Amino acid sequence: MIESLTMAKAINAGLHAAMSADDKVLLMGEDIGTLGGVFRVTEGLKNAFGENRVLDTPLAESGIVGTAIGLAMRGYRPVCEIQFDGFIFPGFDQITTQLAKMTARHEGLLQMPVVIRVPYGGHIGAIEHHSESPEAYFAHTPGLRLVSPATAQDGFTMIQQAIASNDPVLFFEPKSRYWQKGEVDREATAAPLHASRVIRTGSDATVIGHGAMIATLLQAAEIAAEEGTSLEVIDLRSLSPIDYGPIVESAQKTGRVVVAHEAPGNASIGSELAATITERAFYSLQAPVLRVTGYDVPYPPAKIEAVFLPDADRVLDAVDRVLAY
Amino acid sequence: MAHEDSELLPGETPVRFLDQDGRALDETRYPMPPLSELQAAYRALVVARRINEQCSALVRQGRLAVYPSSHGQEACEVAAALPLAERDWLFPTYRDAVAVIGRGVPPAEAMVLLQGDWHSGYDPREHGVAPQATPLATQLLHAAGFAHAAKLRGEDTVVVAMCGDGATSEGDFHEALNLAAVFGLAVVFLVQNNGFAISVPLSRQTAAASLAHKAIGYGMPGVRVDGNDAAALLAVMHAAVDRARAGGGPTLVEAHTYRIQAHTNADDDTRYRDRAEVQEWVARDPLIRLRSYLRVCDALSAAAEDEITAEAEAVAAELRDALQAEHVPDPEDLFRHVYAERTPRLEEQWAMLADELARDAESEHAESEHAEHEEAR
Repeated sequence: MIESLTMAKAINAGLHAAMSADDKVLLMGEDIGTLGGVFRVTEGLKNAFGENRVLDTPLAESGIVGTAIGLAMRGYRPVCEIQFDGFIFPGFDQITTQLAKMTARHEGLLQMPVVIRVPYGGHIGAIEHHSESPEAYFAHTPGLRLVSPATAQDGFTMIQQAIASNDPVLFFEPKSRYWQKGEVDREATAAPLHASRVIRTGSDATVIGHGAMIATLLQAAEIAAEEGTSLEVIDLRSLSPIDYGPIVESAQKTGRVVVAHEAPGNASIGSELAATITERAFYSLQAPVLRVTGYDVPYPPAKIEAVFLPDADRVLDAVDRVLAY
Repeated sequence: MAHEDSELLPGETPVRFLDQDGRALDETRYPMPPLSELQAAYRALVVARRINEQCSALVRQGRLAVYPSSHGQEACEVAAALPLAERDWLFPTYRDAVAVIGRGVPPAEAMVLLQGDWHSGYDPREHGVAPQATPLATQLLHAAGFAHAAKLRGEDTVVVAMCGDGATSEGDFHEALNLAAVFGLAVVFLVQNNGFAISVPLSRQTAAASLAHKAIGYGMPGVRVDGNDAAALLAVMHAAVDRARAGGGPTLVEAHTYRIQAHTNADDDTRYRDRAEVQEWVARDPLIRLRSYLRVCDALSAAAEDEITAEAEAVAAELRDALQAEHVPDPEDLFRHVYAERTPRLEEQWAMLADELARDAESEHAESEHAEHEEAR
């Protein structure tokens, strides 16, 4: 059966399915129980599974992640919610120095099936620390897996795959897409969690992104098509590891690549993509790989966030530049 | 809250059964542990001291990379491990190798971290011992989470979480105590207040009347105990462990002790403390104190002492033998357990390293052949 669900509802349905399938899955975070989360992603789950499996914790991100590690040591599969992207940093130490290393430290004896859900990104007109894209900090850390769904269907399937993973997974939820509806087929065969995907085929240039940026890239591709330029759009889906197969294949086909994301460009996911595409498709490239990113400045106040965030025009400007080589 | 606030405050003086010379004091707050347990504690103390001495010697011989000694703090190490049941768990720090061994981890496995062979050398699940934490207070949260899991599973597992006075300044100390108290978890937080965080004295860690006074802020009892009095430590730890096991929630225990040696072999403690102060604490040695008491009680014969010394020597020999063996970690181990399943990127990187190592080996082989050839001429 195919349903039309918002991404928030789709992730909620995925959490419900994972909790039904395995009683060792439990949710923990701030306001996730009675309130159902500030974005309502966990709505109804406390009623369905009880307060022992949907834990409202003290306001302490390091505490949430640190105790999730202890729970995982004793066989649980905790799913932590970090309320907003900008609030993940008190938990940074536990995530990068403890959670990420625990398996290697014990030569595989202690696995860490912990998921950390992070609503991230801008476009919601919020005050500071509520609109950031901190993926690169975590992509730099060995031992972590990072994914980000761009559609309701991926929200439903990928959260379940992330929970089933025996490694820690940071699950970045593009919060500006929470309320967008999309088709969800609960029976659909899922692509692997870490597969990147061509979501629109084209021949002149390749544009690559993840999360909320996918909507912008598809919009840019529509406009370009009207102007006679054919763009291939790739949804990364996974930020660590990155599935380079479809990316390199596309770069070899079009010879021109633009990478876009909301996070600042310096030492970013885009930097990594540009370097690796250049290493692997050098002789096919007709132009340098260009990055369209947030500027290297602190996330701006709501009234000028539109100036900061890459939009379809900025993506198309970069496409024009790669086509001009 | 059902309890009276005043019940959570530590006593005006630390709990103490034995004075510096091992004479019994009039301590009424806790029952004196039975002699049989004090005998076991003495045996463990002697072994602990021998481990500390042996490991410090192994550092000087270059067999261990570093050894943060618990010399002088052995009573805390022993009292952390002895009251625990097999199903219980210990969450130790880098200075707690003795407590780790006290839980049954083979000495050779306990030394893997300090030898530089790997970051941990034992199976935590086999012994109920979490990895020794190198950063401060991070493990206290893992301990709380572990105890939370036990609670959810309906198990009466107790967790002892160890840290030092410096760690009480960390945010994770606060978050762990708060979470444990909020959820009523079976954790005993044992703080070894040895007076120094490397060189920085306790006065720069807290302005509180004592570290145990912090407990009332979390809604759990705080207890101060003489950390060089094994009898007092065992009494306090037993009470805290029993309370936790019965569902009474966490306790903060502050043990007053002293780090007789420098922070590690790489530290020079003459830069920040007086020899006279160190000597004062040497006179409060936990071994001598318990030994005197047991002798007065006629509970420690010369034969028993010989037997204990022999046991300690056997552990020291085991350590020496284990560290004589030259163990070179396999380079592929770098990539083996970063993820449950190796990623394509790590496969590529290992292939590159394997190739590099093969080329190195080839050129070394060629060089040695060349040298042999030259020698033959």
